[in-house]
Amino acid sequence: MNVQSMIEQHKNKGMKKFVEKLMPKLLFITALVSVLATIGIVFTLIFETFEFFRRVPFFDYILGTEWLPFSGTSPSYGVLPLIIGTLKVTGIAIVVAVPLGLAAAIYLSEYASDNVRRVVKPILEVLAGVPTIVYGFFALTFVTPLLQEVIPGLKIFNAISPGIVVGIMILPTIASLSEDAMSSVPRSMREGALALGSTKLEVALKVVLPAALSGILASVVLGISRAIGETMIVSLAGGSTPKFDGEITDSIQTMTAYIVQVSTGDAGYGTTIYYSIYAVGFTLFIFTLLMNLLAGYISKKFREEY
Amino acid sequence: MVKKPIVEQAMQEKKKDLKVITPSEKASIYKTENLNLWYGDKHALKDIQLDIKQNEVTAIIGPSGCGKSTYLKTLNRMVELVPSVRTTGEIHYRDRNILDKSYQVEELRTKVGMVFQKPNPFPKSIYDNIAYGPRIHGIKNRKILDEIVERSLRGAAIWDEVKDRLHENAYGLSGGQQQRICIARCLAIEPDVILMDEPTSALDPISTLKVEELVQELKKDYSIIIVTHNMQQAARISDKTAFFLNGEVIEYDETDKIFSNPADQRTEDYVSGRFG
Amino acid sequence: MNYIHHDTVVKRMSKRLLKNKIYKMLFLSATLLALLVLAVLGYRMIIQGTGYLNWDFFNNFSSRFPQNAGIKAALVGSIWLLAIVAPVSLILGVGAAVYLEEYAKKNRITTFIQMNISNLAGVPSIVFGLLGLTIFVRMLGMGKSVLAAGLTMSLLILPVIIVAAQEAIRAVPNELREASYGIGATKWQTILKVVLPSAIPGILTGGILALSRAIGETAPLVVIGIPVIIHFLPESIFSEFTALPMQIFDWAKRPQEEFQYVAAAGILVLMAVLVFMNSIAVIIRNKFSKRY
Repeated sequence: MNVQSMIEQHKNKGMKKFVEKLMPKLLFITALVSVLATIGIVFTLIFETFEFFRRVPFFDYILGTEWLPFSGTSPSYGVLPLIIGTLKVTGIAIVVAVPLGLAAAIYLSEYASDNVRRVVKPILEVLAGVPTIVYGFFALTFVTPLLQEVIPGLKIFNAISPGIVVGIMILPTIASLSEDAMSSVPRSMREGALALGSTKLEVALKVVLPAALSGILASVVLGISRAIGETMIVSLAGGSTPKFDGEITDSIQTMTAYIVQVSTGDAGYGTTIYYSIYAVGFTLFIFTLLMNLLAGYISKKFREEY
Repeated sequence: MVKKPIVEQAMQEKKKDLKVITPSEKASIYKTENLNLWYGDKHALKDIQLDIKQNEVTAIIGPSGCGKSTYLKTLNRMVELVPSVRTTGEIHYRDRNILDKSYQVEELRTKVGMVFQKPNPFPKSIYDNIAYGPRIHGIKNRKILDEIVERSLRGAAIWDEVKDRLHENAYGLSGGQQQRICIARCLAIEPDVILMDEPTSALDPISTLKVEELVQELKKDYSIIIVTHNMQQAARISDKTAFFLNGEVIEYDETDKIFSNPADQRTEDYVSGRFG
Repeated sequence: MNYIHHDTVVKRMSKRLLKNKIYKMLFLSATLLALLVLAVLGYRMIIQGTGYLNWDFFNNFSSRFPQNAGIKAALVGSIWLLAIVAPVSLILGVGAAVYLEEYAKKNRITTFIQMNISNLAGVPSIVFGLLGLTIFVRMLGMGKSVLAAGLTMSLLILPVIIVAAQEAIRAVPNELREASYGIGATKWQTILKVVLPSAIPGILTGGILALSRAIGETAPLVVIGIPVIIHFLPESIFSEFTALPMQIFDWAKRPQEEFQYVAAAGILVLMAVLVFMNSIAVIIRNKFSKRY
């Protein structure tokens, strides 16, 4: 038996060459699908939004303070109330998530033993894996009644309850990414400060936190982006009353909740209301895109610090 | 009788000539001519001339960074995996220039096996590790594969240790055993030449000894080129030794000569342990 | 002259150490608070939902009457959805990852694709719904079918799968590739026979986590217009269907209080599915960790 001669017999040069040439091309096409998806999203949004702006003047949309699409006699499409609604929820979420997330990150990276970290980090990941519909239900049936006990006059639909729950939802993102940023601060920097007699707290706040600042900021911006795009929590617990004011105890409506409201209703294809969800979707897309680009910019710009 | 074409006649003349010049020598397997190699701007191999013989063990020694591994990896064009590599000159393997782009690397590597610095078995069973080569080259028949696997493992002197656990993961073996599995994997396609890149540098002394004995055994059927940082090893197992320094071949001769009576001062300094 | 007075340092030291302790407790309680929320959430769902978890609940379609409402159509629909999303997203995602890690040269196109993937990951899921509604449901005429929803969800989780697969492929040591090339294997043979088999545990772990996200995602389904009251099971990928989160959303919105319990029961089923999928991922991760 001679293996080399057997190999010679089995040699199928043409086929091999063909496959070698074909596979990178096929794989390149699969890699292009993600690009196609982006093009599809942008195309869809621009195309349908364009149709919307043929019916509603552009400045009426971006500067209008009244969002009354369902008014039969005089519908009005001023997007600011929806943006305000989104910002209320996002603001409350940030107030909840940033201190808690950072505290958890500092605890995990500076104080916790390896064993604690090994247990707690996966649990935080579970918190991130809970479907938003579950959070929405939790906000509506547990957090809102609980808050009503504390805050008199709080309506069933309000901005506080979904804001808090969205904050809990983005907490793992902020905690986990910030912890990564802090953990990658070199040991030597900590040791340098500890050797001077600093306490762990001083090391954490004066050495680690500043050094990891870009990573922390990026995580917060990503958290904001996720809060802006969050849909089910605000749909269930936020209400559907777009208002241009600063009230947080009353019913609101976010951009995402509006899209859901129209989608579950029966606005016919081709109506202005139908096209309005694309205009709102486009606005939402731009907000989150800017946030994501900002997060990327922050973490790239300040990366090579040590 | 039909007159032979002139070209063929000339070639026969030439062969005769060669034989006249080197009557006692074994045939060449690798003939390197004016090989230069750059990694980007770094000139890593400078004007290498080397004539490596068949069925011998050729050792390549030199301090780290001298280009010995690079040269070895050029012999099966593995060096091309580094994107910025550029070469000039020629390496003739059995009279064909392997640096020619028309030479299929896969074909070359089917003839020229390689054993690496760190044992690198696949995370598969021992059997699948050995059968990997024959399989990718189209041999699917189970009986033939069984035979190849047994023969290769015997060839690498590890059959007795693993014959009862052929279908267990190769990662369960010790480092020395893994390295012999890698040698067996290489033998499975019955190559012509085996390139060894510091094959014992990650092994303990006993495993090293086993691999060295194996190399002596394999010499009967294969031509072996071995890069080593261990001079005693080169002295123990090789027939010829090439000493590389800063990308150049300083000296290439019988191993005995290199270690007892080198022609170049730098070689003497190195083998006597004065640097490197 | 002495700038540092030992006594003052000692005196301040105890203060600093106390502060350190207090803050440590604060940080710890913040961490525990997050865990507490998870516990309360789980506890609430179990208290509210278990009463409705019986055979009828699994065997009935949804209904106007809470006591008759069941989750059959939604559970089966989610499984159908998974049957589209799993193959489509894994093939596309792993293919793209192999291209980017093994073939792509470092040039502008590659950088662009890579940047595009990370930006796509940040697009809100509801926007993917708008994409699905326009392209799949209307333009390609798929209607509110399993296929349209499945393709939309596949695109949604595609970036996650690509990134997970890239990491798994990057973790395959180069020595294994070299060993394969050294025997005369071609690049594709090496990828198919060595790189992918070695990367499979990582790909599967990341893939299953991404798939569980697709199972729990509601917003795109809402936008596509997936119906909630359906009294038949899908027969093909072109059938209309409903899915678990969609059904829960519908129940949660209903005014009757009884439906809250039905929704909680639905959530328990959804969470059970997710826990099941995640345990598989964890088992795979533990079984194959420390390979190289």
